[in-house]
Amino acid sequence: MSARNRELFALIPASLLVTVGFAAVFIQEDELISDASLTYGGVFLGLCFVAHLIIRATLPDADPYLFPLVALLACFGLVMIYRIDETLAREQAQWFVIGLLVFAATILLLRRDYRVLERYRYTIALVGIVLLLLPRVPGIGAQVNGAYLGIDLGPIAFQPAELAKICIIIFLASYLRDTRQVLVQGARRFAGITFPPLKHLGPLLVVWGAAMVLLVFIRDLGSSLMFFGAFLAILYVATDRASFVVIGFSMFAFGAWFFASTVGHVADRIDAWQHPFDDELYEQVGGSYQIAQSLFAQADGGVAGAGFGQALIETSNGSPILPAAQTDLIYALITNELGLAGACGVLVVYLLVTERGMRIAMLAQDSFSTLLAAGLAAVFALQVFVIVGGVVKLIPLTGVTLPFISYGGSSIVANFILVALLLLISDRARREAAGR
Amino acid sequence: MNKPIYRVYLVVVVLFALLVAWTSRWTVFEAEALRDNAKNRRELLDQQRIDRGPIRDRDGNLLARSVPGPQDTYSRRYPENPLFPHAVGYAYVDRGEAGLERFYSDALVGDHGEITSLLDQFLARKREGDELRTTLDPGAQRAALDALGGRKGAVVVMEPDTGKVRVLASVPGYDQNAIRDQQTFEALNRDEENAPLLNRATQALYPPGSTFKVVTAAAALDSGKFTPDSTVDGNSGKEISGVPLANSGGKDFGPITLTTALTNSVNTVWAEVAEDLGKGTMGEYMERFGFGADPPIDLPADEKAPSGEYRNGRLLSPTSQFVDVGRMAIGQDKLLVTPLQMATVAATVANDGKRMKPWLMERIVDPDGRTREDSDPEQEARVMSETSAKELQQMMGNVVREGTGTAAALQGIEVGGKTGTAEIDPDTDLNQPWFIGFAPLDDPQYAIAVTVERSQGGQGGTVAAPVAQRVLQELLG
Repeated sequence: MSARNRELFALIPASLLVTVGFAAVFIQEDELISDASLTYGGVFLGLCFVAHLIIRATLPDADPYLFPLVALLACFGLVMIYRIDETLAREQAQWFVIGLLVFAATILLLRRDYRVLERYRYTIALVGIVLLLLPRVPGIGAQVNGAYLGIDLGPIAFQPAELAKICIIIFLASYLRDTRQVLVQGARRFAGITFPPLKHLGPLLVVWGAAMVLLVFIRDLGSSLMFFGAFLAILYVATDRASFVVIGFSMFAFGAWFFASTVGHVADRIDAWQHPFDDELYEQVGGSYQIAQSLFAQADGGVAGAGFGQALIETSNGSPILPAAQTDLIYALITNELGLAGACGVLVVYLLVTERGMRIAMLAQDSFSTLLAAGLAAVFALQVFVIVGGVVKLIPLTGVTLPFISYGGSSIVANFILVALLLLISDRARREAAGR
Repeated sequence: MNKPIYRVYLVVVVLFALLVAWTSRWTVFEAEALRDNAKNRRELLDQQRIDRGPIRDRDGNLLARSVPGPQDTYSRRYPENPLFPHAVGYAYVDRGEAGLERFYSDALVGDHGEITSLLDQFLARKREGDELRTTLDPGAQRAALDALGGRKGAVVVMEPDTGKVRVLASVPGYDQNAIRDQQTFEALNRDEENAPLLNRATQALYPPGSTFKVVTAAAALDSGKFTPDSTVDGNSGKEISGVPLANSGGKDFGPITLTTALTNSVNTVWAEVAEDLGKGTMGEYMERFGFGADPPIDLPADEKAPSGEYRNGRLLSPTSQFVDVGRMAIGQDKLLVTPLQMATVAATVANDGKRMKPWLMERIVDPDGRTREDSDPEQEARVMSETSAKELQQMMGNVVREGTGTAAALQGIEVGGKTGTAEIDPDTDLNQPWFIGFAPLDDPQYAIAVTVERSQGGQGGTVAAPVAQRVLQELLG
């Protein structure tokens, strides 16, 4: 069976999920929801099919499982959001249309050779950094829970960090492709540890500095962890030097510790993380209420979950019981309704997406492709880790989205670009591997 | 570069395993503690979304119902000037539950155990509560409340053969709707003088006075040591446990039969009978009547109290060295009882010696109209033989016919009964008047216990018996 036909069949689980999910919400709230809203499900499946046709026409050799896995996550996310709020689901579906357009545009633009990106690496890096700092620009920057992650342009609210992460990964992949040999060969052993050559340490320190700037300016530990983690992953793949990772991570940990104890907001977040049930923190605006409610919601779910559509999201007078259920805490909502079992299921799908990404990286023939694919897969996995880790109180809670499931336009658009890039790399790699 | 990629992937797998571990921590290992966390209001909020089933009296009148509120929530409403506030209790999210609302909470919220709940969940069925139909009789209850006329006290009426409780009156009452307000609730809780939230019928402990002689008589007849015609010296001032005991008004009756001794409530006769029977026998019969244990009525455990000898707030064994069996036999000593217990004594005699479990639940009906539970009569104990019981019925008939209990007599229907007047404070002449009994005498349909708190100069025959008369009149008239 051809790769594309496999992809088509692999879309069956997503179709089933969307059908069953919408039917469940429909049965659950039969008085409240019109038949018309059921058509969202149909439209959504149609979109997935269109995307499949785009891939079929343009990237015939691309990995057949990546897109169906993403579609599964997206369908699941849409059902969850639909269950929270019908209006949000409609908006989310519209964002999917835009996301698919961008997806198609990315593929068409870069179809001939995505490696042209290398040529613009400094421009791309600059764009990434500007995007990251946008939320601090007065007038358009928006502060949520003390962190500067979004910008507000009247009708559209946007999280530039989502797009920035792709820019940064492209830059790093390109930069490290050039310097990896030098980094390895010029390395010096000092006190039993292998250090990169001083000359090339500069750019790496810059990246570290960028992560710290992120922490201080954006005030979001999670985002900086995600960026820096992805950087370390690419660095390790490029150099195969575990010591670089150890040094990098130590620097990050030191910086994080230093700024966490000096930057007020970050310290608050860490306090809330460590003492979610502290009376004062619990009552404080932007305090530990959210993480405490997240844990209560998960406890309510247990192993099998409370049942789809059964979780409490707000009280009778509309005050939130699970704040930001459609974005930050959507994983807590999933655990509440579908239990540990459902949550593990979702994590497994993310793990499979990452696995496809890593496999694409292994199959790629040139270093840039390998580093880019590995970086994209790593940043994707780390994003899941950062937000889910925050929700389960493994690390301090942050405001990044759960890719393809959380409500939010920028997240969808950015992650579709990410998938498009992976498919582009995959198509070339598999074609070359097949000797065509 | 494939090996490092593989290792990076392994790290990702480990990180995800951590996520699973932490999710398990909250959903499984620490779930219980999180659910019990004081800041966790989910369970309460969840309950608000359940349409609790209604509670009705035996005529089908609503005693409690749920009204829809904002956002799919419900709250509880009760009739104004409620007849049965103590029996029905209340159920509010921030106040908790009491009474039948609490005892039958699972049924009222439609919780039918794990399997059906899971099925409901799977089918996403909205949980609906069952209806609780009670045995409570609004007409008789109103008659009881009217007859008490605001005097603090309690009236209990049971069907002797089924144990169904028809009247469970406790004065003063309270408005269940009003206690939704925190301050009102606290004020009612603090009012120790009136204790309006106390269910006097099942929780209040009073000295039973001479009504307890029915228990002593049952032990005397059923033990075989005495018959209704056995004669015992009824002079006043006999030494009981080394201390002289007086009859009411210091009257000397001379040698009289037990029947006469019950009719005229002669203390010295029953004290001597009990001393003769001994603590062991008395204790055994008390236990059979249900003394010393929580009454098996369908109310929450902290809304009912066991009757018996109390010392320093603790229940004594009837054979304890602190028990003065002679004085206990006439309802004095350290004896404290609930009105429900004394109604049970009357009902047991009326039911030919079989003590039945008291029921407030008539049946539980699910939203589809199917009966889920029924209050089948349950025998708790065989207290005495049918012969002894019938003899005792006749003796109690005499009490109302020609003795201290004539005020309970009904037109054309014979009543059996026993009065009691426990002295609370002889200096100020404060008494606890009692009446227990049953009617009709030859085929008892109802057993009753009436008591009034701190009645100035009141006697069982003059204060409590007329209340019983009015209630029985309502039931049988």
